[in-house]
Amino acid sequence: MNVASRFRTLPETGDCVQFTLDGVPATAPAGVTVAAALLAHSGAWTRQTAQGAPRTAYCMMGVCFDCLVEVDGTPNTQACMTLLREGMTVRRQTGLRELNGGQRD
Amino acid sequence: MSAAAVAARGGLQVLMLDEQPQPGGQIYRSVAENRRKRGYLGQAYASGADLVDALDHPGVTLQSGATVWRLDKGPQVTWSRGGKSQTTSAAHVLLATGAQERPVPFPGWTLPGVMPAGAAQILMKTAGMLPKDAVLAGSGPLLYLIAAQMIDAGSPPQALVETQTSTQMLGASQHLPRALFGLPTLLKGLSLIAKIRKADVPRYTAASGFHATTAESGKVDFSFRAGGRDQGLTCGLLLTHQGVIPGTHITRAAGIAHHWNAAQGAFQPQYDLWGATDQPGLHVAGDGAGIGGAEAAAGELAALNILCRSGRLSSDTRNQRAARARAALFRARAIRPFLDAAYPPPAEILAPTDNTIVCRCEEVSAGAIRQAIREGAQGHRQIKTSLRCGMGPCQGRMCDATLRGLLSEGNANQPISPPRARSPIKPIALGELAALSHPQEEPA
Repeated sequence: MNVASRFRTLPETGDCVQFTLDGVPATAPAGVTVAAALLAHSGAWTRQTAQGAPRTAYCMMGVCFDCLVEVDGTPNTQACMTLLREGMTVRRQTGLRELNGGQRD
Repeated sequence: MSAAAVAARGGLQVLMLDEQPQPGGQIYRSVAENRRKRGYLGQAYASGADLVDALDHPGVTLQSGATVWRLDKGPQVTWSRGGKSQTTSAAHVLLATGAQERPVPFPGWTLPGVMPAGAAQILMKTAGMLPKDAVLAGSGPLLYLIAAQMIDAGSPPQALVETQTSTQMLGASQHLPRALFGLPTLLKGLSLIAKIRKADVPRYTAASGFHATTAESGKVDFSFRAGGRDQGLTCGLLLTHQGVIPGTHITRAAGIAHHWNAAQGAFQPQYDLWGATDQPGLHVAGDGAGIGGAEAAAGELAALNILCRSGRLSSDTRNQRAARARAALFRARAIRPFLDAAYPPPAEILAPTDNTIVCRCEEVSAGAIRQAIREGAQGHRQIKTSLRCGMGPCQGRMCDATLRGLLSEGNANQPISPPRARSPIKPIALGELAALSHPQEEPA
């Protein structure tokens, strides 16, 4: 599951944002979208479809909905349309969501 | 953007609803904040900052991160921002929905590591992220632009795998005399290709039979045919591109008439010389009204016409002031027939092999769709109701074009109506819908 990021992030400014991905602390440059942060972090999937197929952010412009993740407890959030903020809790999604708003227990 | 500035300078109050976090659209995305950095994006991109600066006018209220999800007669716009929806009425609504990349389906296009080239360019513009060890595959001028930007940024592509053939290029040359009116654009294209050549990026042309799988390392194993034999490349990213198509969900949901643009292979709204549509108060401009590129300047024309209809300009003044924009529009459009003919999407992308996923949301294959067509399903709606193709969260944005390709397979001339689009044209939370003070009934 450890796949290196498919992108090289140039060190432009020192500003960084801390967030967690599936409970694990991660860092991204300030001012980027959640989808960009996830792609800079790893080249692996961020969502599995109902049939278990791996997907990650695709169009980066709000069209394809393949970047859906859980952000601060809200499921099916478009990661490419959401700016990353300090302390955000991001979870990858597996299969379909429940109707109770992202609580999986 | 140019329409908002022209209308505001003409004395109108303009509310600008933009889904992106910063103004600039996709072409000039993040252009204002990139003023002193990311120079590898080039001069043409940097010039977009002037358009953003022009929005700094007391008549323009910019709402960034605002998603329009409904249009009603009036016209009345319903939009969502920060989890709250509201409705705004205006005498005139200009829809500048822009373009999306044409879906490029082939076996493996859904895998992590396969992405539209334009998406990688958005990451360069918004996050300074450079594609690592990437292959650019497909056809069209944007492929060359992105390759050149990657070269200038110090992260050149591993290879260019192009689908256009020398026969197509030869056929397109008949449009070259007209394209000369857009000479600067043509010369820019040639300079991009020269840069790619100088950087020694290997180029394959007339490529076909795209297929991607995931290697054990997570990299993408990309196979295709070119030069009469099977080829294989292993890359970190496979960036595909087959041109762009207008984003028409809002315009279709608003009931505006659309027609099939055969040269561009896409549906587009119908409008007059000024961008006015058949729906009262609704106007269109930009790539959402038909692909023309950033220089197409139709926004200025639409704004002048709206000023005229609002009684702030006589039609004579409108016509005089439109001359410069019309000339720019003519030059921008002059090159399109050449580009459309030289870089057409290949048949195997328009109607892919049976084992290709067409609808990414609901995971419907081309084989299942062909089966449904054989069993008598006609048009987008019947395929949708029988297979759920187009029923997922993207609402057909990633499959409508391919579905049309499959429906017209073997009979390119049969008339196919544009698929219906209904509000909410972007998903919104039920609670947000319920919180709207005056919910409207959806007309049947």
